[in-house]
Amino acid sequence: MLLDSLFNGVAIGSVLLVAALGLAIVFGLMGVINLAHGELMMLGAYTTYVTQLIFKLPLLKPYYNAYVIVSIFFAFIVSGVVGILLEKTVIRKLYGSPLETLLATWGVSLILQQFVRSVPLAYGTGLVISLIIGLFLPSVFSSKIKESIKFKYVKFSSWIFAALAGVLSGNLISSSVSKLSRASARNVDVTAPAWMRGQVEILGTTFPKTRLMIIIITLISVIAITLFLNQSAWGMRIRAVTQNREMSDCLGISTEKVDVLTFGIGSGLAGVAGVAVSLLGSVGPNVGGNYIVGCFMVVVLGGVGNLLGTIFASFGIGIMTDLIGAGRLLSIWPDMPLPLSNTINFFATTSMARVMIFALIVIFLQFKPTGLFPQKGRMVES
Amino acid sequence: MEFKNLKLSKKTTFVIWVLIIAFIIAAPSILPVFRLNLLGRYLSLAIVALGVDLIWGFTGLLSLGQGIFFALGGYCAAMYLQITSSSEFPNNIPEFFGLYGVDNLPFFWEPFRNPIFSLFAIWVIPALVAGILGFLVFRNRIKGVYFSILTQAALLVFFNFFNGQQKLINGTNGLKTDVTQLFGQMVGSESIQRMFFWFTALLVIAAWFFSKWVVKGRFGNILIGIRDDEPRVRFTGYNPVLFKTIIFSIAGGLAGISGALYTVQSGIVSPQFMTVPFSIEMVIWVAVGGRGTLLGAILGAVLINYAKSLVSEALPASWMFIQGGIFILVVTALPEGVLGWVQGEGPRNLLQKLGLKRKIETYPSLEIKNETEGLKNE
Repeated sequence: MLLDSLFNGVAIGSVLLVAALGLAIVFGLMGVINLAHGELMMLGAYTTYVTQLIFKLPLLKPYYNAYVIVSIFFAFIVSGVVGILLEKTVIRKLYGSPLETLLATWGVSLILQQFVRSVPLAYGTGLVISLIIGLFLPSVFSSKIKESIKFKYVKFSSWIFAALAGVLSGNLISSSVSKLSRASARNVDVTAPAWMRGQVEILGTTFPKTRLMIIIITLISVIAITLFLNQSAWGMRIRAVTQNREMSDCLGISTEKVDVLTFGIGSGLAGVAGVAVSLLGSVGPNVGGNYIVGCFMVVVLGGVGNLLGTIFASFGIGIMTDLIGAGRLLSIWPDMPLPLSNTINFFATTSMARVMIFALIVIFLQFKPTGLFPQKGRMVES
Repeated sequence: MEFKNLKLSKKTTFVIWVLIIAFIIAAPSILPVFRLNLLGRYLSLAIVALGVDLIWGFTGLLSLGQGIFFALGGYCAAMYLQITSSSEFPNNIPEFFGLYGVDNLPFFWEPFRNPIFSLFAIWVIPALVAGILGFLVFRNRIKGVYFSILTQAALLVFFNFFNGQQKLINGTNGLKTDVTQLFGQMVGSESIQRMFFWFTALLVIAAWFFSKWVVKGRFGNILIGIRDDEPRVRFTGYNPVLFKTIIFSIAGGLAGISGALYTVQSGIVSPQFMTVPFSIEMVIWVAVGGRGTLLGAILGAVLINYAKSLVSEALPASWMFIQGGIFILVVTALPEGVLGWVQGEGPRNLLQKLGLKRKIETYPSLEIKNETEGLKNE
């Protein structure tokens, strides 16, 4: 019974965690409020859908079972690239003014939502492919070419090549997968491959396999991102820039690259979260909006700028949601006094549980305004 | 967030006002009923925009939860109208209760039988809720983006609550007002709607004068001080919490009035008023019009909404793109809004780019500015 509740809570929490992880990085390390985070998740979810349909083609049919794994990588790349584009065009101009980034990214999120509604997914895929080529092709050339004056022509021609590749691949996909060739605002469904359906029995309780898969995805993402931030050279640079931007700049760290990288990774994680979300229910243009506020609450509750807080906060919220939303306290303590049980019944629906959780968070912030694990320092808040 | 405090010149303000008043007086005779009703709705939205301008443009608090107070005002108005025209339904209670098998009126509906109470409730209840919410948040020195996120969360709390409670306030279906009675006539009828239009127009002007009065003098100076440097205001011996709470609850009250007017003119209030996009849109009206210019808030609200209805009638799918574009454009290119652009050096720069106006070369402040910029670039 208790185990059941704990598992459900962890499952809800792990979705929140994987969704909030990217946000925690972007918000915590860069101070950017990215309201388009939910839409980046949505792109990840749609990537899963597109990958699934492509793996149904006769050529790839034998590997169909592996499409979820592949789509995790694809989703990371797709959302990451869109995130990089976002950083390079809009967010770069707005560092230091978080309220403005909030409004601008909201605008981006509106555009992305309408984009998946009115552009056929095949051509959307083509566009993303050309973005990937256009952004990354110039960086494969040797540094000798990069430093020459003619590099801008190289850049220009690689964009042309990228556009061609995008159009071609878009056409190819739309002609081979008819479902992707028309724009539709309707929700789509991702079906899990056979090995992920059904349930597993551990310690006498049954767990749906998709939920287990989500927990595994979350676990891997958390471990990977922790290792990256703490062990790799670029992770160290990211942390250095977070702590003191001017000093890092003086020591020769390219802060511009660090910004792009951080934002790209944060957005990519949103894509991975999108894969997890697509396994839970149907995917639509509004799927991201359901998660974004919850994610922000996780980040605020956990304390900005550290991943440990994010982990604790998301599991805490997950377990509380399950306890309140399913009215589990009643089944644990069946003969509680009537007024109390009435209150618990009143809140025992998904939406009312949300009301309760948010109210609890606001109350919690009364006592610890900076979250569970605040950053220590002696600054007068600016 | 630094920008100079915009002061519209007397001439500009006067011209804009003459245009607005002339338009409002002429509107009922030149516009068809449908358009007039739309204009009335947008004018009522201008009131909530004034509130947003007070808290964001003047005090620097970006609230993404003004929808709460807007909807609360709307619900107060709708509850009064529903309950006073429920005499022919069973148990003397509004019709929808029958659908959920509720026989007794929930207790909080009772006072709304009284018109005077309802008239006050429309703005006092939202202002109170805003005051309490604001006090709890400001007391902990939660500000900036954290404030925005918390107000958004609060918005979701209220949305989920109103959406889920069928038995109390008809849940997701909302409360209809257009078939209810007021002064012995249907609220949806043309004569009453016409009356509401005049009433809204008057209230917009009144709200503008009120906001103007609020930001005038020392109170307004402290608000601007809080926006520009809150720690300094605190160290000077003022308590920012008090001022922020007061201005937030004023904005809440304005939102409530706006919501009530919007509800009676659109014929329904529903939890849709408390969705996240609607509340963020309110901010963009102000941003487009010009932050810190009260007139800009009114203009922004009316113009953006009119554009929205025109564009969505012609090309339904494109409005989201346009709206998203407006968000990005206003933030990156026009941080002072349209009025700020007109009032500042915008038109001159534009003319200059077109080659129509010569550069001013001997203007001392410009030269100093260029020098400092040059230093920065090096």
